Order: sequence, then structure tokens, then C-alpha cells
Amino acid sequence: MKLTLKIWRQKNASAKGAFKNYNVEDVDGDMSFLEMLDVLNADLIDKGEEPVEFDHDCREGICGSCNLQINGRPHGPKRHITTCQLHMRSFNDGDTIVIEPFRATAFPVIKDLVVDRSAFDRIQQAGGYISVNTSGNTIDANSIPVEKENADEAFNSATCIGCGACVAACVNASAMLFTSAKVSQFALLPQGEVEASRRVMNMVEQMDKEGFGGCSNTGACYIECPKDISLENIARINREYLKASVES
Amino acid sequence: MLSASIAKKVAMALSGLFLVFFLAQHFTINITSVIDPDTFNEWSHFMGTNPLVQFVLQPILIFGVVFHFIMGIIIELKNNKARQKGYAKYAGNKNSSWASRNMIISGAVVLAFLGLHFYDFWVPEMIYKYVEVNEALESRYYPELVHKFEDPIRVLIYVVSFVLLMFHLWHGFSSSFQTMGWNNKFSKGLQGFTKVYAIAIPAGFIFIALYLHFNQLSH
Ligand code: HEM
Ligand code: SF4
Ligand code: FES
Repeated sequence: MKLTLKIWRQKNASAKGAFKNYNVEDVDGDMSFLEMLDVLNADLIDKGEEPVEFDHDCREGICGSCNLQINGRPHGPKRHITTCQLHMRSFNDGDTIVIEPFRATAFPVIKDLVVDRSAFDRIQQAGGYISVNTSGNTIDANSIPVEKENADEAFNSATCIGCGACVAACVNASAMLFTSAKVSQFALLPQGEVEASRRVMNMVEQMDKEGFGGCSNTGACYIECPKDISLENIARINREYLKASVES
Repeated sequence: MLSASIAKKVAMALSGLFLVFFLAQHFTINITSVIDPDTFNEWSHFMGTNPLVQFVLQPILIFGVVFHFIMGIIIELKNNKARQKGYAKYAGNKNSSWASRNMIISGAVVLAFLGLHFYDFWVPEMIYKYVEVNEALESRYYPELVHKFEDPIRVLIYVVSFVLLMFHLWHGFSSSFQTMGWNNKFSKGLQGFTKVYAIAIPAGFIFIALYLHFNQLSH
């Protein structure tokens, strides 16, 4: 199939940037979206032009780096997948596809379609861990029994790959789904209880400091989340936050 | 105090729920105007003269409204700053409802309506009672009410405002429970109730306005 791509080009973080149109031909329905961009880039390099910069790594839906806003939606039109798992058979011959970087004040554009998501790392560093001694006398994790339901829920929350689609989809560019998943994966386990109050307070404080918006409960985040992270996590982080506020 | 995004949002939910509760009470009194004008006069007189209502509940209500819309504006401004450069193509309808994304718009219409509503009923009532210090005639409420709904423009403004309130509550009422951390096996049932409330109560106010308007045309 033949496609017209309307792609955001921006030289560097401080450049203004603008859309540029590209025509690609011979696109196979079985190509992934990223492979289609590879074809475009090979062509651009042949012509001596600057290839389109985009983020990617695993190409199997587990690293969360292939963040693109495709036709107004993070990771494109399908649910529960990342951009690398999106195939060109989801588009039709002659389509125009608009490709933009994720837009959020806390995710500044580095170049073209690549944004800086280190704000997520800093939220994680603010409390997304448990403090255990790992210097020789580690305790086997299985020595503390965990209820099956809680273990499953904690695991589901832990499947968040930090892709940022939740932020990209949200009208408020809120990071509540991400942060709530990272809080929940510990809040549900006895190992996480010790630092529960501090964790939620510090992570929310960091989230606000990074310039993400608040949650209006629109639900756009979980619809666009490739890992189907549930909105119950957001209720949980609110609950944990209230509990911690009352305690302190 | 209230510096964190979650704290602000919880305050928003609590003040919103308080207004939801007030709205039900207001509706209960208003609907009597359709059923029996004497009951309407009696209840209005009680609300208008009872010191607890006048000097405790009324100030709390005014505070609640002012707090809610000021906090709404603060939250909105902060949220707007979180995405300074928007998308060229944005498919918001694919993942969320218009009502949920535009609470500030439905809220602003309700606020404008409240301005008119205060001008219509509250200001004349305050002048009548506390400036001119007239005798608190119980029979005056119903005729005043009917008189206000003579004007078709005013009726139209009321109808439009209550439709926007429907949108506001359609999202807001159920959202407030999520905000307060309440999402469990009972939430589905509760959600159903909030959606019915969001449609029924504003629709009821619309019915009253239309009834009072057309009823006097037929006389
Ligand atoms: C006076 C004008 C009003 C304005 C400007 C306003 C504005 C807002 C805004 C902007 C929000 C969303 C906050 C967010 O997304 O984080 C909101 C939420 C809400 N509003 Fe209003 N509103 C007004 C009146 C009302 C009234 C009259 C009611 C009820 C009868 C009400 C009930 C609610 C509820 C229940 C919420 C949900 C809180 C939540 O999501 O947790 N509002 N309002
Ligand atoms: S919550 Fe979902 S959308 Fe958000 S970062 Fe995690 S995996 Fe991505
Ligand atoms: S490249 Fe790793 S999730 Fe897409």
C-alpha cells in the first residue's frame, strides 16, 4: 500500500519544529509500524536526508520506549499494544497518518519524535522501591506468605512498562496511572507496608514537581495503556495518600 | 495545605458531593410548586425564616459553591500548564467522554447560571427581608416564582444550563468516589445510581421551569 506520513520534525530540544509530509510506497500489511518507519528512513538516508529519529528498543512490547502519537492516539488505533506491536494492516491504502511525539510539559522533545521520559525515573526513585538488605543475608522472598489475590494484583500493577501512553492520552497530561501502578505494586504486599506512607507522599510530590497534571478521572489512560493497568490503581493511590495524610 | 494534586482533587470531590446533596434538597422543595403551591409557600417560608437555615446553612452553602468553583479554576489552570504544546491531531473521543474532559466548560455555564439565579431570587429576597425589612409574607413565594418563568428567554437559559449540569454530574458524581479512593465491588451499583441522579435531577428542574412557563400561558 501507499501512505502519506505527516511527521513532526524537530532538530533539537530548543528548535521550533514543524510537520513534514513523506510518501511511502510498497508498505506491506505485515510490517510493524516501526519497520515501516525503518523503510522510510532507509530511503531518506539513500537520498542524503536526515532520517526521522524515533525511540525503540525491544520491539516486542516489553521495554516501553516506542512512544508515538499516531493519528491522535498513543500507540495508534488498537488497544493493549505498543507501537512496535502495531501492524500496517491496521491502515488502508492511501491513508494519511499523522505521527507526533507524546506531548507533555514533563516530557520535553529531544529530537523529532523522541521525548525525554526521565521524569518517570525520578518519580520511581522518589519511593518506588523497598529497602532490603542485599549484602549477603538476604531473606528468601517466599518466606513471607502473600494472599493470592493481592499477589496477582500487585503483579498486574508491576507490568507497567513506563511507556508514558497514559500521560500522552490524558487531557491533563497526568501521570496518575503510572504513579498509581508503581505505588500499588508495593502497597499490596507486606514487604511494601513498612515504607507505605513515605512512598506515596514522596512519589506524589515528585509527580507534581515534574509538572504533570492532576487526575480528572477521564479514563483515557487505561484505555490507551498497552498493559491494561486498571483504574483501581488510581483509587488505591488516592486511598493510600489520604491514609498517609491522616497518619502524618 | 491542599498543595498536592490529590489533596486539591479530594477537596473538589467533597465540595462537589456537598453540592449534589444540596441540589437534591433544593429539588425536593421546588417540585412542590408543581404539586401544591401552598406546600411550596410553606416550605419556602420555613427556609427563608429559619435562623439555622439562614445564618448557618446558607453561609456554608455559599462557601461551598465559591470554594468549588475557585478550586476548579485553580486545578484547570494547573492542568493546562501540563501540556503547553498540544497535538495537531487529537482523538480524545476514542478514549474518554466529552463530559469528563470538559468539566470546566460545563462548570462555567453552571457558574454563569448561578449568577442569574442569584440575581433572580436571592438578591430580591435579601433586599425584601433585610434591606427593606418587609413583613415575611408566606404567600409571596409562589407568585414570585411563577412571575420569573413568564419570560421564555429566561426559561431557555434555565433549560440550557441544566443540560450542562447534567454533563457536569454525569461525570462528576461518579468520579468523586474514585477521587476519594472508593472503587470496589459496590462501585458498579453506585455508578448506576449516580448516572440516574445526573439525568433525573436536572431533568426535573427543567420540567419545573417548563411546567410553570406553559401552565401560565394556558390560563
Ligand atoms: C459553580 C460552578 C462550577 C464550576 C466552575 C465547577 C467546576 C468543576 C471542575 C473544573 C471540576 C473538575 C475538577 C477536575 O477535573 O479535577 C468539577 C468537579 C465536580 N463538580 Fe463542579 N463545578 C461547578 C458547579 C458544580 C455543581 C453545582 C455541582 C453539583 C451539584 C458540582 C459537582 C461536582 C462534582 C461532584 C465534581 C467531581 C469531583 C471529582 O471528580 O472528584 N459542581 N467541578
Ligand atoms: S500505566 Fe500503562 S500507559 Fe502508563 S506508563 Fe505504565 S504501561 Fe504505559
Ligand atoms: S520497542 Fe520496546 S515496547 Fe516497543
